[in-house]
Amino acid sequence: MKLRLDVTLTLPAFTLRADVDIDSSAIGLFGPSGAGKTTLLEIIAGIREPDRARISIDGREIAHLPARERRIGYVPQDDTLFPHMSVRGNVLYGAEALDAEILKTLEIEALLDRTVAKLSGGERRRVAIARALLAKPALLLLDEPLSGLDNARSSLIIEMLQQIETPILFVSHNRDEIAALCDATIVLDHGVTSYGDRRP
Amino acid sequence: MIVLFTIRTALLATLLLVVPGTWIAWLLARRDWRGKSIVETLVALPLVMPPVATGLILLKTFGRHGPLAFLDVVFTWRGVVAAMSVMAFPLYVRSARIAFEQVSRRYEEIARTLGARESRVFFTITVPLAMRGLIGGAVLAFARALGEFGATVLVAGNIPGRTATLSTSIYNYVQLGQDDAAMRLLGISVVIAFVAVWTSELLLPRRHA
Repeated sequence: MKLRLDVTLTLPAFTLRADVDIDSSAIGLFGPSGAGKTTLLEIIAGIREPDRARISIDGREIAHLPARERRIGYVPQDDTLFPHMSVRGNVLYGAEALDAEILKTLEIEALLDRTVAKLSGGERRRVAIARALLAKPALLLLDEPLSGLDNARSSLIIEMLQQIETPILFVSHNRDEIAALCDATIVLDHGVTSYGDRRP
Repeated sequence: MIVLFTIRTALLATLLLVVPGTWIAWLLARRDWRGKSIVETLVALPLVMPPVATGLILLKTFGRHGPLAFLDVVFTWRGVVAAMSVMAFPLYVRSARIAFEQVSRRYEEIARTLGARESRVFFTITVPLAMRGLIGGAVLAFARALGEFGATVLVAGNIPGRTATLSTSIYNYVQLGQDDAAMRLLGISVVIAFVAVWTSELLLPRRHA
């Protein structure tokens, strides 16, 4: 996937300037806390208004489109499963039908009829990822999907993400997670992007 | 007879105000627009104005030479419903607005990234998550409508068997010195009001201290 970003947003602490031209299906976005990673994801997803933006995915310009037409899956760090729906209702929200393969990969077939309140932290992450994937996005944004999970659960989700065909932009402040999953890295520090090392 | 008539008109008044009230509450909670503070103030007016003054406005609006005279509202049961609706409207809008404000915008944003149009976001995310507050507000509005007096008397009069409600009948009986009848209606009013407020307390979102 070819991702081009040219994004500017003035924030109270600094100005976010993302200038990226990268070709990879698993991009890591690395940076310390408060560097603007989440803000950048929200601009790409279309739920935060930038000062100026050009965003293109495989040549398709999306910055002028409303969020619902962008085909960007967004799995934020906070818990956003719809609390009034079952797991099934959640994963079907952006989809017409269930996709057996995605459900199997993320191991949530058995959870479908549960209420959201009864899920564990790891299950919630997997359901949120499945919900975004079932809407068939052109790019999946994952904001620290492993934070707060123990090692076993983290490696499980990394394994699952490795099997997904949808291109991902994976945000983390942990280099090891990015090394395990991504073949290209963008570094964001104080709102300014640079390219990181490729995986050896 | 009086009790049933009052409950029926109050129910109808509540049903009438729910759709426009929900819409305005949502606009106030979720959108910024020019004139918002004016609408906010206008909506709250019936809450603080003397009910009789509100009744007079309604009388002039629906009365013989008023712009809405053709609706034939004055001194009919429709007048009772109109007075109740207008007087209960601010209570519903306030509750509904608080209910909408307590729904995290996060859920709505994520729904949009999943391809949902604004109308779908509203009906499948915002309203269900605000539902308790909306129902609580409707019950509160219903209770307010039940007890409406000042505006009702002006617009609908106090015609026994036609427009007399619990409140206007109590007033009537007291005027006529029929205290027993007045006390009976008073007892009924207390019971209905208690149940309504109690229900809405159960449903309305708790304000965290």
